[in-house]
Amino acid sequence: MSSGNWTQVIAKISAKNPNHRTVCVRLAFSMLVLLMSSCVEQSWNSPYPVEDAGRRILYSSFSERPKHLDPARSYSATEYTFIGQVYEPPLQYHYLKRPYELVPLTAREIPQPRYYNAENERVDADAEDLVYSVYDISIKPEIYYQPHPAFAYDKSDKDAGTLLYHDLKEQDLEDIYSLSDFPETGSRELVAADYVYQIKRLAHPRVYSPILGVMSEYITGLADYAENLEKIYTAQLESDPENRYLDLEKYSLSGVEVVDRYTYRITIKGKYPQLLYWLAMPFFSPMPPEAIHFYSQPGMQQRNLTLDWYPIGSGPYMLSVNDPNRQMVLERNPNFHGEIYPEEGEAGDEQRGLLRDAGKALPFIERIIFSLEKETIPYWSKFLQGYYDASAISSDSFDQAVRIAGQGEVSLTDDMKRKGIRLQTAINASTFYMGFNMLDSVLGGYTESSRKLRQAISIALDYEEYISIFSNGRGIPAQGPIPPGIFGFRDGQSGINPYMYEWQDGKPKRKPIEYARQLLVEAGYAEGIDSSTGRPLVLHLDITASGPDDKARLAWYRKQLAKLKLQLVIRNTDYNRFRDKMRKGNAQIFTWGWNADYPDPENFLFLLYGPNSKVKFHGENAANYMNPEFDRLFEQMKTMENSVERQQIIDQMIEVVRRDSPWVWGLHPKKFSLFHSWYENVKPNLMANNSMKYRQVDAALRSEMQLAWNKPIVWPLGLLGVLLLLLMLPAVLAYVRSEKQSSLSVIQKQEKGEA
Amino acid sequence: MLAYIIRRILYAIPILIGVNLITFVLFFVVNTPDDMARMQLGMKHVTPEAIIKWKQANGYDKPLLYDAATNGTGALTQTIFFDKSVRLFAFQFGQSNSGRNIGHDISQRMWASLAIALPVFIIGILVNIIVAMLLAFFRASYIDLSGVVLLVVLMSISSLFYIIGGQYVIGKLFHLVPISGFSTGPDAWKFLVLPIIIGIVSGVGSGSRWYRAIFLEEISKDYVRTARAKGLSELSVLFKHVLKNAMIPVLTGAVVVLPLLFMGSLILESFFGIPGLGSYTIDAINAQDFAIVRAMVFLGSVLYIVGLLLTDISYTLVDPRVRLS
Repeated sequence: MSSGNWTQVIAKISAKNPNHRTVCVRLAFSMLVLLMSSCVEQSWNSPYPVEDAGRRILYSSFSERPKHLDPARSYSATEYTFIGQVYEPPLQYHYLKRPYELVPLTAREIPQPRYYNAENERVDADAEDLVYSVYDISIKPEIYYQPHPAFAYDKSDKDAGTLLYHDLKEQDLEDIYSLSDFPETGSRELVAADYVYQIKRLAHPRVYSPILGVMSEYITGLADYAENLEKIYTAQLESDPENRYLDLEKYSLSGVEVVDRYTYRITIKGKYPQLLYWLAMPFFSPMPPEAIHFYSQPGMQQRNLTLDWYPIGSGPYMLSVNDPNRQMVLERNPNFHGEIYPEEGEAGDEQRGLLRDAGKALPFIERIIFSLEKETIPYWSKFLQGYYDASAISSDSFDQAVRIAGQGEVSLTDDMKRKGIRLQTAINASTFYMGFNMLDSVLGGYTESSRKLRQAISIALDYEEYISIFSNGRGIPAQGPIPPGIFGFRDGQSGINPYMYEWQDGKPKRKPIEYARQLLVEAGYAEGIDSSTGRPLVLHLDITASGPDDKARLAWYRKQLAKLKLQLVIRNTDYNRFRDKMRKGNAQIFTWGWNADYPDPENFLFLLYGPNSKVKFHGENAANYMNPEFDRLFEQMKTMENSVERQQIIDQMIEVVRRDSPWVWGLHPKKFSLFHSWYENVKPNLMANNSMKYRQVDAALRSEMQLAWNKPIVWPLGLLGVLLLLLMLPAVLAYVRSEKQSSLSVIQKQEKGEA
Repeated sequence: MLAYIIRRILYAIPILIGVNLITFVLFFVVNTPDDMARMQLGMKHVTPEAIIKWKQANGYDKPLLYDAATNGTGALTQTIFFDKSVRLFAFQFGQSNSGRNIGHDISQRMWASLAIALPVFIIGILVNIIVAMLLAFFRASYIDLSGVVLLVVLMSISSLFYIIGGQYVIGKLFHLVPISGFSTGPDAWKFLVLPIIIGIVSGVGSGSRWYRAIFLEEISKDYVRTARAKGLSELSVLFKHVLKNAMIPVLTGAVVVLPLLFMGSLILESFFGIPGLGSYTIDAINAQDFAIVRAMVFLGSVLYIVGLLLTDISYTLVDPRVRLS
């Protein structure tokens, strides 16, 4: 009998006799399980159940509990790690090809828009009278949802189509604490109406979808629909405060409609090619109305049984354990419709072994276990012991893992190589910048003087040094707002920022500080003195710094500006106050960042688009940069397909912002990831949220390595025992000696000692 | 005694209102309802309309403490403070800002906290008493002196050092138990061994030194000399007489923390990945989730008051001279 069976025996005994004696029996059996576990090829320090050894399970971690798992609301990478594997939007990114390419997921093909004018006549994509675009999205048939109690039918009344758990009273939920407590589950086919329903949910007054504002600008009728739903819902609550279920199927949305069972239509105001990228995000996943009704029943929320916590999808995995305090488990969805591993990738993928599983059915891994690890030290140690399959590299463990040669070449240390660990690096589709508030009376504005002042500061802030000191070399200095890998980015000499860099010896070189000083003189701040007032120029950096490394970072900022004899006052504040200052335009200099939503230059350049400025329009343009030329070009560029013409416009836009320098361009971070030798098919895909289905583990090799790396060392326990005995020996001897003496002598001696 | 207990419970009500008020004021000094809404709605694309809606739906659209626009008692009751506080006294913690049922979360997480805190507490007290007794037995000898030095060294070391050192030596170097993790199954003990040992060892220094001081004070009393004069062995004197009479200060320190064991240990739970209540409050503060912060502070206050009451009652059990009136 394996120890796994023993565990089941214990569980059975406990279930039958839940009394104190059973607890003792359980403990005794637990000890037995431990002893047996050493016989069934598992290390003592393994944090996983013995019965899982050798199974195709992926072990990962999470450091903070996800806030929302509702695809209409969730908008963070932590949450996408889970829901990306469960929900299936119509499109997805090709796992291997670069640049990033959209491919169908549940859709039959990539939808092609049709364009219309005000008279509902079809027009060309570049027609001036284009008023709206129509996307017909056809999905594949025979796709089924994961097993879920919301779909369970009353078996005694199946013909009548009565759903089993849709008329529950609070008392029916007495013994229900998780979805697995419902004895029956069911499924049904995914239909186009589910996608329409989910788009309607974006406008639900209590879903608080973060993209409602953005989508209302594009999807016809969505803004009015949201307003209408708000009124209906408020009236409903007034008449029945307990009824929080809003039946969205009753209310139609003009811009989104069901064409037939497998086709739905989205109507867009004007032209918005970026819609296709949104269609690859969980916001546009299907949602069965049955699920919403099921979760809205009385007593469900009190038991934390909500859609925000128990996703329901048709993807390769389903969330089978949801204990965000300890563990989240994704189990293979038995109803998954099937998909195959890509048969082509980019050059070099075959050599890297990434096409070894080409054409095989997905997913490869049967279960993914995410354990809560709040601290990096235990996480790193467990990765080295083989109990996690992959790891990022924290600053604490960087030197232990990575060696950087004189030429900047990155390689693994010998310890890592001996363990067969692989390193992968990828430049994130992100940018971290230092912004100038363009509304500020000193640093802002569009005069030649303010422009030169900003350019001088940009040159003085040596981000090459910053990356080396504070990021262990994990990043590249930015030449503009667009990171590598996104259309519009230019590499090499043509891509450098000529206001800050020179091209020397085949690489960009930051302009000398003397040049920055000259710019400062021309700006009217020679030697850091404001020529108009005769006073030293004092600048203010607003920042949220609380970590141990931040003190050094702040000192570094001061030191950089001191090169220009400019004084920098750091105004360290909490994030709430910081955001408040940004909203009101009270910050002078600030640091900020942006992660791409989708691989399109519009998603970065809109951060500098005037009508998107933070103070005036509550947008994401935190620098409040407003340049009519840039705005005009942006409007022209944002709806264009990627082409030579689009690249030319982007080049012009980049030139405008480089000259104006509303940002110190900062850096694009580089992601370093470590993978064990048994973890296969790993290729960084910074856009895809559903990569887990492609991953593969060699469980036998992992078990072998775990055993080899984690042999228990018992002799120190014996040594500790001996040491304790030796420590006790003088006390024992002293006690024996004192017992031999008369009571009187003891009293005398002790009283002497106390005196 | 019943009258005394009832009186103490009535005293607790204004204390709890005060604690609740202070928590409320402190929280809203650094967070506004707008901040809370932004935290829940995310970082990107948050519109002012969404913030207003969130505040309305979650009851944060009212004045904080006083509604000047309303007359009579409504000026106090039509406020966030009243809305959010009144149910606490019926132990209805409601929902967190992220929609989770707080009572359910607490009831789930407290068992994990207790799984660590209870053994650490019980075994820790036993170990501390034994070590303190040993040193008291060998008082004024080189064993006592070196023991005290060792205890001072132990209490001077940060608990973080014990945790990281313990994980490194026991888990990483000797591979004897998992470095961190938790299980509710029969293999739970292997995750608990290391944090319990570390919890005990990190408390031995201060605990044993304190108990030693109590025992030494008791040893110098007349009844001890009488016991010795009657010919009792030193072990009998210590364990039958001194220990019994030293129980009042021991109880003072021990019983008062007993109910607070539910609240868990922040650092220990965080490093060992124990899903207890220790990190629940800190996580809530970071997430600006006032509902959880308020519930946890309230619960902590109630438990502390219960602890003090239990301490008083326990006095009467160990010392018949004490009467509660």
